[in-house]
Amino acid sequence: MSEDLVNFEVDGIPLKAEKGSMLIRATDAAGIHIPRFCYHDKLSVAANCRMCLVEVERAPKPMPACATPVAEGMKVYTRSPKALAAQKSTMEFLLINHPLDCPVCDQGGECELQDVSMGFGEDISRYSEPKRAVKDQDIGPLIATEMTRCIHCTRCVRFGEEIAGMRELGATGRGENMEIGTFVAKTVASELSGNVIDLCPVGALTAKPSRFTYRAWELVQHATVAPHDCVGSNLYLHTYNGQAMRVVPRRNDGVNETWISDRDRFSYTGLSADDRLTQPMIRQKGEWVVTDWETALTRVVEGLRAQPAEACGALLSPQASLEELYLAQQWLRGLGIHHLDHRLRQSDFSDQGRAPLFPYLGGSLESLEQVSACLLVGSNIRKDQPMAAHRLRKAALDGAAIMAINVRDFPFHFPVEPQVVVDPQGMVMTLAAVAAAALEKAGGSTPRGFADLLKAAQVTDEARAMAERLAGEGDARILMGIQAQHHPQFSLLRALGGVIADLTGATLGYLSEGGNASGAWLAGAVPHRGPGGAALETAGQPAGDWLSGAPKGCVLLNVEPDLDCADPAQAMQAMENADFVVALTPFAGESLRKVAHVLLPVSTFAETAGTYVNAEGRWQSVKGAATPPGEARPAWKVLRVLGNMCDLAGFEYLSSEQVRDEVKARLAEAGVSDFDTRVHHDGSKLPVPPKAAGLQRVSSVGLYAIDSLVRRSRPLQATPDAGDGDAARINAAQARSLDLSEAAEVVVRQGKLTARMPLVIDESIPEGCAWLPAGVSVTSGLGPSHGPVEFHKV
Amino acid sequence: MGTAIRQFFKTFLLWELLLGMKLTGRHLFERKITVQYPDETTPISPRFRGLHALRRYPNGEERCIACKLCEAVCPALAITIESEQRDDGTRRTTRYDIDLFKCIYCGFCEEACPVDSIVETHIQHYHFENRGEQIMTKDKLLAIGDKYEKEIAAARAVDAPYR
Repeated sequence: MSEDLVNFEVDGIPLKAEKGSMLIRATDAAGIHIPRFCYHDKLSVAANCRMCLVEVERAPKPMPACATPVAEGMKVYTRSPKALAAQKSTMEFLLINHPLDCPVCDQGGECELQDVSMGFGEDISRYSEPKRAVKDQDIGPLIATEMTRCIHCTRCVRFGEEIAGMRELGATGRGENMEIGTFVAKTVASELSGNVIDLCPVGALTAKPSRFTYRAWELVQHATVAPHDCVGSNLYLHTYNGQAMRVVPRRNDGVNETWISDRDRFSYTGLSADDRLTQPMIRQKGEWVVTDWETALTRVVEGLRAQPAEACGALLSPQASLEELYLAQQWLRGLGIHHLDHRLRQSDFSDQGRAPLFPYLGGSLESLEQVSACLLVGSNIRKDQPMAAHRLRKAALDGAAIMAINVRDFPFHFPVEPQVVVDPQGMVMTLAAVAAAALEKAGGSTPRGFADLLKAAQVTDEARAMAERLAGEGDARILMGIQAQHHPQFSLLRALGGVIADLTGATLGYLSEGGNASGAWLAGAVPHRGPGGAALETAGQPAGDWLSGAPKGCVLLNVEPDLDCADPAQAMQAMENADFVVALTPFAGESLRKVAHVLLPVSTFAETAGTYVNAEGRWQSVKGAATPPGEARPAWKVLRVLGNMCDLAGFEYLSSEQVRDEVKARLAEAGVSDFDTRVHHDGSKLPVPPKAAGLQRVSSVGLYAIDSLVRRSRPLQATPDAGDGDAARINAAQARSLDLSEAAEVVVRQGKLTARMPLVIDESIPEGCAWLPAGVSVTSGLGPSHGPVEFHKV
Repeated sequence: MGTAIRQFFKTFLLWELLLGMKLTGRHLFERKITVQYPDETTPISPRFRGLHALRRYPNGEERCIACKLCEAVCPALAITIESEQRDDGTRRTTRYDIDLFKCIYCGFCEEACPVDSIVETHIQHYHFENRGEQIMTKDKLLAIGDKYEKEIAAARAVDAPYR
């Protein structure tokens, strides 16, 4: 390394830096501050703001530090009269057309232009001529624009090109006439668009949902973690009088770098939804009555004890914290209730006994950047886990081969070659074909049990190419996405994934659903395993199986049965027929008011201390940031008191940290260190999935439909991504054969259930499939997310 | 000895009393400076810092833009502001409270205001009879501003050359 380092001097301080690296990087590392606007360490160098001009010895003119490579023996002066004069002039030029409307600007108080102008600018203005004004564009429900304030640093433009992968914002015109905007009048639709708010050094792009409601200096900053996807992006939640006002990213190069997705940034807007539950409520003679905690909790204990424990169960949210899930299972199992599960949307549980300890990514999030090849199975990674997709995008741009087998031609922001788009049965057969191709290449005997499946698969050139790439040099991954996990033959997909991994040397990984699926597995929130994967004396049934029985009593932890379950109609039916349903929920949605008997107000991720375990197994503990409204209490406290009221031993926790430490201790007890993600098939014969006849339903849960909080976020629901999920979709050929046309409503029939919704002709849907959204109210009256459906004209 | 005799005569002739009466007599005929408060008041400087008011523009639009600089500068933390985007897209307060029990009448709010909205008027005679009345709400402050706009504007015009 040492031969790559060069010695140079900045302000008399000797420094070393890698040859060819830019000066500003070296000075930042050494703590020497150089003012800048356009430079950002995660974006390319544009050198167009000229604020970082410094004097370099023997250079005739001041040089921009962001675009000047370090050289041996270079002498740089950042505060010399020449450098200061250059910086002062630049500042004066930048302020010529800046409106100086700081008092009404949301950036006021945290504005880079204000700060740099204080530090490096002139104290008076010499400019008295008219200033330019730029007309604003409406670029969507998330970002407010005030383009007159723009100083043309082009950070937002470079972000769109380099990080979000969509050229949504661009510069038109030159010189004074340069304007930043969308080329055609449309909203900015990227799932990462909110980051331009942080990037903008001035107040040209600000957050629309929180517009004009706070001043930066009034806010109190709390570190927290996003619970919406398995990345666990690090956040700062800013509160004002205990109320969440906004969310900004917290830099963590191992997790989310400096970015966060719009979902993590704006989900806080759902906290103050109209149906937020602020007091415990019980249902008396069909009427909801507000009551106190004591009465409500007594009613819960009595109600559950009145039901036979073996007919009771619980649906737990994968968004809940580790502590909540651990205490929930301790309490329920203490009561003899064993049917508890967090895998609410999964439908195939046949191989759960052999499942890995937790759905591990197969490596660190950072390692996704270094993959040489990656096969995505049933994953819309870009919308499901935007920050993981960003890592994969970096790998793809570096030349990694990203391949996908999906039920819909999802628009990725990186090249996916090839993306096989097939029906659910075809997904299994395509993966089997890849396995067969890998076997062909690797040679050897067919793994036990796979003979039928591999024989039935048609090994195409595409499959061969996929196997070839996975077996190639470097770190290859097979990632099971959320749609794979919800697939009716998930066990087959997983077994095949394991075989391909064995044959090609690739690593199998999971992109789990929710913010804490890993934590749920570790805490024992699955029916067949205790905390730390411990074996149980009495195993319960998985969510789907238990719901199809006749449940008598049910506990819901932050779950809305009509939107969060694989089969909403069945779940609602089961709840309606149950004799006692208690919901620990932050929101009293319509469905819960219909089926529950007791509603206990609990706090959301923003208001409670807790631990979230992300897909790479990183434990992230946070403290409560905002104040829970009214009588709402953190769920772990509620569960602790319920444990006390049921006279269960061990419920003496005083803090959530004690609960977390207990889980850690139990994991250590279980000697957990096995991160093997493969399911080692037991050799039993794997069936070939039957080719389904007729139109098959495929679905995915939209980006903004995944949990109760984002479903209540008005700004997110107003985005094009959310609007995408209200219609049924079939391709044109299918529509012709069914004699249906767009712009018409259709009646969707699934078994005996029907729903009416708009129809969209969409070429991304494979032949024989009809895509219906999940997790939204239009389909909440329908059945399982897979299986035959019929479309009828209205 | 001589001093004792002089002292004796001074005492005998009430000399000290005459001296005192001379002072009394002088003031008896001089111009009086007593101000008959509350019938009369002393003159007030245009910079006098009395009761607060929120001003409006001549077209009736409130000046305040909810920049919260007065709230930030207030050393007694007497000002509470909440803001939001009004329907026409402008930044406005939804709440502007000054707690007059906390206020120390330093005038920093007035100095910090970029739009001359919050001002301290010449009004010095006011009192509260009930708990809670000391909180000057946005409506009360605007009403004071509306009522005394002429005086407020005049005071500011006089002081303008020195600002």
